[in-house]
Amino acid sequence: MGSQHLDFTANVTEALADRQLRANFKSALTGLMKKRVAVLPNAEEIERMRDDAEAAKRNALAKLPELLERLERKCTENGIIVHWAETTAEANDIILGIMRSHDATKLVKGKSMVSEEMHLNHFLETHGIEALETDLGEFIIQLNHEPPSHIIVPAVHKNRQQVGRIFADNLEGIPYTDVVEELNAIARKTLREKFRTGHVGLSGVNFAVAETGTLVLVENEGNGRMCTTVPPVHVAVMGLEKVVESLSDLPPLLRLLTASATGQLVTTYVNCITSPRKEGERDGPKEIHLVILDNGRSRMLADAQLRRTLQCIRCGTCLNHCPVYIRIGGHAYGSVYPGPIGKILTPQIDGLAEKGVLATASSLCNACEEVCPVRIPIPGIIRRMRTEAYDEKDDGVVKGHGAKKNLLETLVWKGWELTYRIPALNRFVVSMLGKFGDKLPNVGPLKAWTSVRTAPRFAPKSLHQLAKEEGIRHE
Amino acid sequence: MAHTFTYPRDVKTVYYFGTCLVDMSFPQAGMAGIHLLRRAGVEVVFPQEQSCCGQPAYNSGFLEEARAVARAQIKAFSKADWPIVVPSGSCAGMMRHHYPEMFANDPEYFDVRKFSERVFELGDFLHNALHVRYEDKGKPVKVTWHSSCHAMREMGATAAAKALIGQLSNVELVEIEREYECCGFGGTFSIKQPEISAAMVADKVEDIRATGASAILSGDCGCLMNIGGAMERTGVPVAPRHLAEFIWERING
Amino acid sequence: MSSTARDRIFARLHAARTTVSPYVPRGGSWQAPMLDKDQRIELLKKRMETVRSEVHVVPEAEWPAKLLEVLKAREPQTMAYGHDAWFGGTLRSKVKGKGLPKLVPYGENVEAFRDELFGIDVGITSTLGGIAENGTLIVWPTPQEPRLLSLVPTVHIALLKADTIYSTLAEAMREMRWAENMPTNALLISGPSKTADIEMTLAFGVHGPKEVIVLVLD
Ligand code: SF4
Repeated sequence: MGSQHLDFTANVTEALADRQLRANFKSALTGLMKKRVAVLPNAEEIERMRDDAEAAKRNALAKLPELLERLERKCTENGIIVHWAETTAEANDIILGIMRSHDATKLVKGKSMVSEEMHLNHFLETHGIEALETDLGEFIIQLNHEPPSHIIVPAVHKNRQQVGRIFADNLEGIPYTDVVEELNAIARKTLREKFRTGHVGLSGVNFAVAETGTLVLVENEGNGRMCTTVPPVHVAVMGLEKVVESLSDLPPLLRLLTASATGQLVTTYVNCITSPRKEGERDGPKEIHLVILDNGRSRMLADAQLRRTLQCIRCGTCLNHCPVYIRIGGHAYGSVYPGPIGKILTPQIDGLAEKGVLATASSLCNACEEVCPVRIPIPGIIRRMRTEAYDEKDDGVVKGHGAKKNLLETLVWKGWELTYRIPALNRFVVSMLGKFGDKLPNVGPLKAWTSVRTAPRFAPKSLHQLAKEEGIRHE
Repeated sequence: MAHTFTYPRDVKTVYYFGTCLVDMSFPQAGMAGIHLLRRAGVEVVFPQEQSCCGQPAYNSGFLEEARAVARAQIKAFSKADWPIVVPSGSCAGMMRHHYPEMFANDPEYFDVRKFSERVFELGDFLHNALHVRYEDKGKPVKVTWHSSCHAMREMGATAAAKALIGQLSNVELVEIEREYECCGFGGTFSIKQPEISAAMVADKVEDIRATGASAILSGDCGCLMNIGGAMERTGVPVAPRHLAEFIWERING
Repeated sequence: MSSTARDRIFARLHAARTTVSPYVPRGGSWQAPMLDKDQRIELLKKRMETVRSEVHVVPEAEWPAKLLEVLKAREPQTMAYGHDAWFGGTLRSKVKGKGLPKLVPYGENVEAFRDELFGIDVGITSTLGGIAENGTLIVWPTPQEPRLLSLVPTVHIALLKADTIYSTLAEAMREMRWAENMPTNALLISGPSKTADIEMTLAFGVHGPKEVIVLVLD
């Protein structure tokens, strides 16, 4: 990932023109926002939960190497085979190797954003392996050859009619229906057969507990449990930021994750996996592999502000609350992680040259920060992306820092600084605007502004002047 | 972000930071704020060296320019430690919360923090520090309210603004759908992402229109310029008004 | 390759350590309320019913009768169970006759049992406890009662002893000493499998059980 060209402006134009898409997003996300509020307690209690959740994640990041070593040791003791991948290509190769060692050609997948980050399905398909998404939303969009548009509800951009058509067009012998129950029944029948016959099951990880070497997965559908229990081999993939220190960190994290993600007190299943099938046990995989992916994460850790990106528990609620995401949807971002978290994560993984533009798609309204269960200062990190993109002081650390540096903007902002730093100049410029501001040529920024608004007006007398004339004390 | 501030008591004198946008385009709103403060028995000092809080550069990725301009403001308000009242939640949020961030690694950090703690949004200050009481002399009117995102999320000033409007007996306040949502201004965002910004403001205008109010009030001229410009362009007959200007007119009949 | 990847990753992680002073977390401040036994039963029932579980609180001695009633209302053909579960003997003596399912013990490894299991109507299991705060069953599968019993059959019936219901997840973890005893697989289950992936419309029984029925033995 990262090499494909992102034409964000074109994507935005296309998304905004699609009325159906906007309606689908608006209704779904408004619903999710309401459900979240309904399931969370009073504001004071939420803040205490967030204290705990934030503390758990920041504690883990502060001790990350030790905790990862401990996780590895515990998992190994428990019989889980641990692999490390610096890049997505390495992670893909590891999984291909596991498949090959079992002569396996059928992979059934539970929901995993890291596997999306790896573009695993495509990779495996080029090597003759069927990688089947089994989360209903993922299944729908995989049939339609699309990436997810939301990290929790991947097919949120589709309505029931569209899903009905996708099923009828892609599944053998299935007539069109737009009744949700029937659509679910079709998926159930198709997928249960796949679980029964899958060679290897793949899953993500929500939390990896270092204390016990336990992989915690939350889900509603049961496909995650199927993938991690029915096939003889289970492969779990996780970003290295998923580790937490102890089981006692889990209660507030789980509570906030499910409330933020889907407005639930708890999911149908909380699935804690600590070892492969033991002697005497009758089911469960005989082999479990844990693939731990870096892909730029360890670099984020080195910076006090950027490391907070790694606190993310992928709840998706910042997407639901983002006025930009609500309007343009997930695909416009052209990246695995859309919305506010995507605006800070994607440029750090793929670099500012490729994806820096995403950081401009924010009005810095702070809605994301207000709801983030682990209190990631997303707007602050968006600003940081912008600052690094110009990298005035040449001290940037994000990949591709300085990529957007250009003479025009540098001069504009230098001029701006002088105007607002030097009082005499400021007074001169403001009075000139008062006299001639309405004669400004309608080009550049003004043109962008006036595409849907009337031009700003400039008052004949500034506040400085009026205050002086009225004799307001000035020192 | 902290929403509960410690408000000064027995305020005699305040500094007034007018903001660059009010200075250029909405000076009447700025004067109304000064008048409201004076009416509450407070002396107002308006340093002529003031200009802009620095937010445009800060939000656009030009940190050094923002810091230079911020330093100039800190200096302009340094002769006394009076509270600094700002007729904009967004600029107040910048000075209250982001100045300390910008200088986090500098020797002047603690001085900057002291400066920041003196910064208040106008409506919030009138209500929570000066406990003003207003008597409405205007005709019955229906209005609606829009908080700037930073007035709401950084300065926690929404409740105070509504409480002030609530004191005006002939004014009916109707809330808009999705009141919490950004109007799409976002400073340079509206220039860098004009299409997204346009979609946001169009929805906001639609929600305002649906209230049937004759005026949209706000404590932030950035939002008013954005929303007002879009309403004027599409012929939606709702007047954009700064809260201070609106109150000043109502209490003077 | 992967060991050098590991070395390089850890080198970066350790280097990152020195540049940032560790954050001292506050934490430990949120806790769901502690409840007495009746409240725990009541809350668990309420929570689980909200997510479409069926919960019956019955005096301990009467659970077999309740089970028969539940089964007769549905008339399943087959019911899988763990032969050596504590209630195995009771099932064998009570669950026979008209309108009652054929009992199928999960007595072989899944490799041999899988195809049969996917066609079974009911799976019945014991539980290690419950959690009132979030309305969940604590299920730690064992050699006697394997994992798939609570997942693959169309209906999952769970027996829960009322005095094993905890107030909170944190309490359950503490009291049951999870940290020292983590089993192969520990599950919390709140209800039937569900999804809202199509138009946010909630639907039950997407991959796993369509019904979860809990008998709380008081
Ligand atoms: S950034 Fe926060 S709100 Fe967004 S997905 Fe991550 S944890 Fe959730």
